[in-house]
Order: sequence, then structure tokens, then C-alpha cells
Amino acid sequence: MSFTVSIQTQDFDVSQEIAALRAGDARVGAVCSFLGTVRERNDGSAVASMELEHYPGMTEKSISAMMDEARKRFDIFAARVIHRVGLLHPEDQIVFVAVTSAHRGESFKACEFLMDYLKTQAPFWKKEVTPEGSRWVDARVSDDHALARWGIQASNSAV
Amino acid sequence: MNVNLKYFASIREAIGQGAESVATQAITLKTLREELIARGGVYAEVLAHGRAVRMALNQDLCDESAVLSDGCEVAFFPPVTGG
Repeated sequence: MSFTVSIQTQDFDVSQEIAALRAGDARVGAVCSFLGTVRERNDGSAVASMELEHYPGMTEKSISAMMDEARKRFDIFAARVIHRVGLLHPEDQIVFVAVTSAHRGESFKACEFLMDYLKTQAPFWKKEVTPEGSRWVDARVSDDHALARWGIQASNSAV
Repeated sequence: MNVNLKYFASIREAIGQGAESVATQAITLKTLREELIARGGVYAEVLAHGRAVRMALNQDLCDESAVLSDGCEVAFFPPVTGG
């Protein structure tokens, strides 16, 4: 299955995705995955729903570039990234990253690297609906710091 | 030359459209941004220097020194918040 990206409105099945990612590859001894979901609260407000916007074309291009970078840095066999867009509600699945490798260390690291990269480099924007009205979510400095740990300087949250 | 502009998220909402094509003499993205700011109104507001504006040329993140070419795609958007 190798390295694939899907940007989609529909939900996905984590078990099916992981099964497909490692199917037919007996070199695999470790699968690491991350699942991001919608929280009911953010920055002190209740979140009724959120709308996820993205930049079609650039999104896929930027995530493919991150996967290329992950392959250079870590000894991994395959990776899968799914990111949902459109209208989402608390408890919904938003983002999924899974990586396979021979031993756990490489897939743990690669999975975290991909998520850290995605948070500051992939063109997605969240707009939340709260009791106070709709608001665009602010970028976090902590996400830039997370990517900096990998030796990549990000200034996504800077003015 | 002609440049295809794209706007996303809060910048798209403020400008009131997601895309437009403009004729420009600008060599760099910096000059193009200044031309748009010179339109005044909401363009001057949301693209103002000192605002958190991210830019992409042909779907790669870039800074204002990026050199434009005929038919290129330039996008302006706020900091990203996916994941």
C-alpha cells in the first residue's frame, strides 16, 4: 500500500486502514498510529461543531512531501494519512496517521514526526461554532516548538 | 503577466471571494502583495504587513522573495490549524 494520503469528508475505519497498510508485508513488526478527534471544548468554550477548510492540491502535495521526509529520516515501510474536511462534531474522527516498520522505535518516531509536521505545514483551517459565535481557531506556538524538536524551524504561529 | 490568486479561511471570508485572476507587473510576491494592499479597503486590512499572513507559490509555502511567473498560482492564508 506504501505511502498514501486521502483528504475526504467521509469517516474512516481505523481497523480497516491499519489492516490494509500492513497487508502482504511480512517485514512489518510494528504499526504505530495516531487518531485525532474533535474535542467538546477548546480555549475555554464549548464547541458545537467545526468546519474544516483546506487548499485542494496543496494539501496533498504538502503531505506527500512530509512522507518523503519521513522516509529519509526513519526506516519505515509504509504510511497512511487521512484528514477529514467539512462539517465535524465533537467525538468525530478528524485525522489519522499510521506507519509500519520492523521495530517499534522507527514507527513511533515517524508517526509523531508526521503529525508534528502536519500541524504547522499542511493547509487546513478550523472554524469552530461556539455559544459565543463562530471563530477561526488560532495557531499554537507549541506546535511550532513540536516541529523544532525534529530540527525543522516553523514559524506558522508567528505574526 | 497574469497571476491566479487564491484566498483561504479568514482571509477568503474577509475578501468575499476565494479566487481571482489579476494582471500584474510585479516580479516578486512582495510587490504583488503591495499592489493588493494598494487597492485599499479590506485588502489593505487583511494583507497588511504585520498581520499573520502565510503565502504559497504554486502550492509550496514561500516567503515574499518568491519570484512570480506568468500563469502562476499565489495563495494568501492565515496560519494553518489542521490536525
